Amino acid sequence: MYLWLLSAGLTLVFGVLGVLNFAQGSLFMLGAYATFTLYGTLGLNFWLSILLSLISVGIIGAILERFFLRRIYEIDLPYQLILTFGFILIFDDLVKMIWGGVAMIPPMPSFFEGNIPVFGRPFPIYNLFIIFAGLAVALVLWLILEKTWWGRMIRASASDREMANAIGINIPMLFTTVFVFAAMLTALGGALGTPVRVVAPGIGTAMIIQAFVITVIGGLGNLKGAFVGALIVGILTSYGILLFPVFELFIIFVVMAIVLMVKPEGLFGNN
Amino acid sequence: MNYELSMKPRYLFLGALILFLLLLPTFSGKYILYMTIHILLLSIFALGFNLLLGYTGLLSFGQAGFFAVGAYACAKVLLVLPSLLAGVAAGVVAGAIAAFILGYLCVRSTRIYFSMLTLSFGMMIYSLAWKWRDVTGGDDGLVGIPRAPFSIPGLFSIDMSSMGSYYYFVLIIALIAIFVLYRIVNSPFGLTLKGIRDSENRVAFAGVSIRNYRLLSFTIGGLYAGLAGSLLPPLENTVTPPLAHWTQSAEPVMVTLLGGIHTFSGPIVGSVLFYLIKDIIVRFTQYWLIWFGSIVILLVLAFRGGIVVFFSDRIMPLLKRI
Repeated sequence: MYLWLLSAGLTLVFGVLGVLNFAQGSLFMLGAYATFTLYGTLGLNFWLSILLSLISVGIIGAILERFFLRRIYEIDLPYQLILTFGFILIFDDLVKMIWGGVAMIPPMPSFFEGNIPVFGRPFPIYNLFIIFAGLAVALVLWLILEKTWWGRMIRASASDREMANAIGINIPMLFTTVFVFAAMLTALGGALGTPVRVVAPGIGTAMIIQAFVITVIGGLGNLKGAFVGALIVGILTSYGILLFPVFELFIIFVVMAIVLMVKPEGLFGNN
Repeated sequence: MNYELSMKPRYLFLGALILFLLLLPTFSGKYILYMTIHILLLSIFALGFNLLLGYTGLLSFGQAGFFAVGAYACAKVLLVLPSLLAGVAAGVVAGAIAAFILGYLCVRSTRIYFSMLTLSFGMMIYSLAWKWRDVTGGDDGLVGIPRAPFSIPGLFSIDMSSMGSYYYFVLIIALIAIFVLYRIVNSPFGLTLKGIRDSENRVAFAGVSIRNYRLLSFTIGGLYAGLAGSLLPPLENTVTPPLAHWTQSAEPVMVTLLGGIHTFSGPIVGSVLFYLIKDIIVRFTQYWLIWFGSIVILLVLAFRGGIVVFFSDRIMPLLKRI
């Protein structure tokens, strides 16, 4: 489900802005670190820390879009990829500078500890919470995109940027807000992941590659696809570890390659 | 192409550069030689990559996979048979074969799909290197690889244990590789590739099989990556899985963009700058990637043609005016 949130951010950015953002994983990492600091080190309220880290990552996202990404929408793909890759380098080192290079294990909020029985087996409460949070985000996203005015503007400019501009949508402003929104979604993934994962400088690059697999399987720029893709990758990873512990990572990339070769628009894409 | 220098000073410059590289061991220490070998390796790697990006218009994000294939193949051979030539040959062949097979599956896709597909194949190689313990040594990698002598049985054998002699070996291989690639890009084949880059449809209408040309270009790129990779284990005596990781694939992309994508020498200049920048920044701070990342971003925003074009378009006219 953390993967779903990250992939949702990646998908939004690619679908609307047309940029494949390598640095989305770094935003995930920043979200995780910010929550770790606010909640684990400073001891703020869990929800408040998540909110604050979302806001701070959102601000970083706004700066990224306004001053950097905005200049590269029109240029060639390699330059776009390498620009966002440059941000990975910067964020990875910044994190090392501020928090140090060691992996840290954040504390779990006490009200999430323990298990409840689901289908007769103990199930950690926190995992249950994450599943519902992920589903809720999916629902909210769907409502925003399909039912609100803002969502309509996003869909309009995703399908035809020039036409949307011509009918009076403030495209630069819209792009900034979309990017900030996507950055916050991604950071939420990182923030919610903190109590059960380690926080380490490398998680940005590790996560983004999985998110790539997900978005490719679901179809680049396709949110529904990203949701199903996240489920597929999640299931593949856990069953892969059970069945073929050695080649679990390998299989995920095989799936990705097969989708790209057979149906490059993704399992849920329509040409 | 107005940014190509006129012929005569160019040959002079080239001659001087080669002379400098040949004489380098006489007046510099081990560290400089070690760095120069790395620069040469990265140059070969990036040149092969640029045949794909600059000349064919395909951005591969899985080149590190072929680099690692070359490195592992060479290491495997050297661990059994102490012959440098055999090791390098194995690396080249392995890199080319891997690129041919995977390229066959990749070249139908273009643009972002091609990049993603090469990325996934590169990561497959990475996960193999990481998990296939019996062959690759898993996360320990392969260690204790000898820097075997360069020998042809019955003819001669040159000891490679000193840094200087290995430097000459790499230098000569690199010069040959660069010269061959120069001939390739200036042949009808290279022209056809450029044609494919600029207008796929027109070239297809002229009766050229786009797919075969792309495949050949991909294979050559993989061969160069394999060659560069195979020169690494004798230098470092180890190979480890991170060689194949996708962040390594970004290295040739960066140096190529740094030097300039549409020039032949771009990747070489980029490789030199890459190590120079790294070396200078590391002296001041251990967090050199922040500064390198900033340089990359500045480059994309401001000098998109790369350093070579910037130099020949902006600086050369100024010099000529004086």
